[in-house]
Amino acid sequence: MINFLILPIIVPLLTGILLLFLARHITAQRWVSALSSLVTVIISVLLVQKVHLDGVQTLNLGSWEAPFGITLVSDMLSALLVLTTSIVAFACIIHSFSSIGKDREKFYYYALVQFLIVGVNGAFTTGDIFNLFVFFEVMLMSSYVLLVLGGTKIQLRETIKYILVNVISSALFVVAVGYLYSVIGSLNMAHISSRISEAGQTGIITTIAIMFLIVFGLKGAIFPLFFWLPGSYYAPPAPVMALFGALLTKVGVYSIMRTYSLFFHQDQGFTHQVLSVLALLTIVFGVIGAIAYSDIKKIVIYNIIAAVGVILFGFAVMSPDSLSGSIYYIVHDMIIKAALFLLIGIIIKITGTSDLNQFSGLIKRYPGLAWTFFLAAVSLAGIPPLSGFFGKLLIIQGGFSEGFYWGAVIVLLSSLLILFSIMKIFINGFWGTPRSYQGEDKVPVKTLLIAPIILVILSVLMGVGSETIYPYISQATDTLLNPDIYIDAVIKEW
Amino acid sequence: MKTNDIILQACTKIVLFIIILFSVHMFFAGHYEPGGGFIGGLMTSGALVLLMLAFDMRTIKKILPIDYKILTAIGLLFAVGTAAGALFFNVPFLTHAFGHVDLPILGDTSLHTATLFDLGVYFVVIGVTMTIIQTIGEDGE
Repeated sequence: MINFLILPIIVPLLTGILLLFLARHITAQRWVSALSSLVTVIISVLLVQKVHLDGVQTLNLGSWEAPFGITLVSDMLSALLVLTTSIVAFACIIHSFSSIGKDREKFYYYALVQFLIVGVNGAFTTGDIFNLFVFFEVMLMSSYVLLVLGGTKIQLRETIKYILVNVISSALFVVAVGYLYSVIGSLNMAHISSRISEAGQTGIITTIAIMFLIVFGLKGAIFPLFFWLPGSYYAPPAPVMALFGALLTKVGVYSIMRTYSLFFHQDQGFTHQVLSVLALLTIVFGVIGAIAYSDIKKIVIYNIIAAVGVILFGFAVMSPDSLSGSIYYIVHDMIIKAALFLLIGIIIKITGTSDLNQFSGLIKRYPGLAWTFFLAAVSLAGIPPLSGFFGKLLIIQGGFSEGFYWGAVIVLLSSLLILFSIMKIFINGFWGTPRSYQGEDKVPVKTLLIAPIILVILSVLMGVGSETIYPYISQATDTLLNPDIYIDAVIKEW
Repeated sequence: MKTNDIILQACTKIVLFIIILFSVHMFFAGHYEPGGGFIGGLMTSGALVLLMLAFDMRTIKKILPIDYKILTAIGLLFAVGTAAGALFFNVPFLTHAFGHVDLPILGDTSLHTATLFDLGVYFVVIGVTMTIIQTIGEDGE
């Protein structure tokens, strides 16, 4: 079936539309959305396997040949990210059943989650720069509504900021695409890449590269442009926070990786230097934020920023090792951030506060929660048998062998501080004298724990089975290093 | 206090049909001339808004008992369904088909599945516009 690679976009889209009809039937909504996201996960696994066996998959929408129509391209990087997205979405959806509340469920919550997945999967799969913009907007529109849904005061305030920032960055995106189109004359990514390599990377192309860095940096929260993220991600309820923290910034990071490896790879002296400096500053500022706060939501939010920095530093080094490390780390980080957000959501449900000084001794009554959190925390910091280790190891190895000594040292030190910031939650919140909290008996901790446990098990398996995963990762690295693989797959007899 | 707006209401009753006819014309002209689903849908909802201005919201709801949110969903289903029809013929998604059909009264007519996609757009535009206007216009009951 030639349409196979579009299924991870179509299945959530059709489900979202179906859920619009079922607005008043909450039980039906839950069943439909859980089943369809499970189907999406299965399809994505098959897609990864297909890309692994048969190479890069392409689909020319509407039967128009490559540079003239919209082409969807699934190489290993995008297939892996689609799979991770589907898994995270499935976990967040089943977590939502017992945590999001009927008021939100009645007002199209599940439909919005499905539309968000359409946007994210579409952005990962598309091979057309303007189509990427459209999928960004699909994703952002759903995220605006998910952020404001419920209408509490803090959500309203933070949504205004979030929309303002994103409208501006979307306008910049359109302007950047306009510049690129007027210089290159094509919107198909493979075609743009081959035209840039024919004409050589001139000054104007480098300028456009920096514009794209600003646009995707605003979406993906890199150093001077992350100012909107801590406030906005603080507002929504836990499952929404998990979806945002795991998926949205990673789409920006993926777009930087895609454009910088496919379009702007001729003259790496300036652009990749800027990228690596910004990535290191992102790590530094993310880590400062993470150790500064004693609010558990803020700690995890600043850890997102630090992780974005680590991934982009690995990418900017551009050696086979560090690229594999980045790809491994981005997949690990999506899973573990979703798990952490869901876990702190449960903690906040139990204690009624996100302030670290207001609760302690949770391990006494909730040992399952405590040990899941512990595993997630050490995996985040990168302790050897767990999944956070191999990505960082490869990134640091790449950094040292390519002469980025300072960068590698900063990544190493950042791990220590990240471990400190997350262990602070464990030591202050879980150890100590147990206290009792109002209404904690009503919280269904056991059902809430299912989704984060699934994610943590996956992360442990990813760490233990890294030998099995490595061929997939290195296949993704090959496309990033050799844009010709991508171009040849899209544009057939040129 | 009650104002008498008989002129507005009488004019609306006549103008309404002209606007709707024009919007339908716009919708069908889309393939060969300027027009299409988007502008057609906007114009139809313009006619409905005029109706709401001349009469009050409750009357309109009684005359046209349409749930515009469902209309949006139906429109989306049309658009995606037309595009996904390609899946059953194992051709790339969004591949359209066309042909000449001999219809009983209209005679030889060229039909294209892109029109069905456009019909979806038309419904979505009406649904979204009317949902926005109705939601803002209603006093919070």
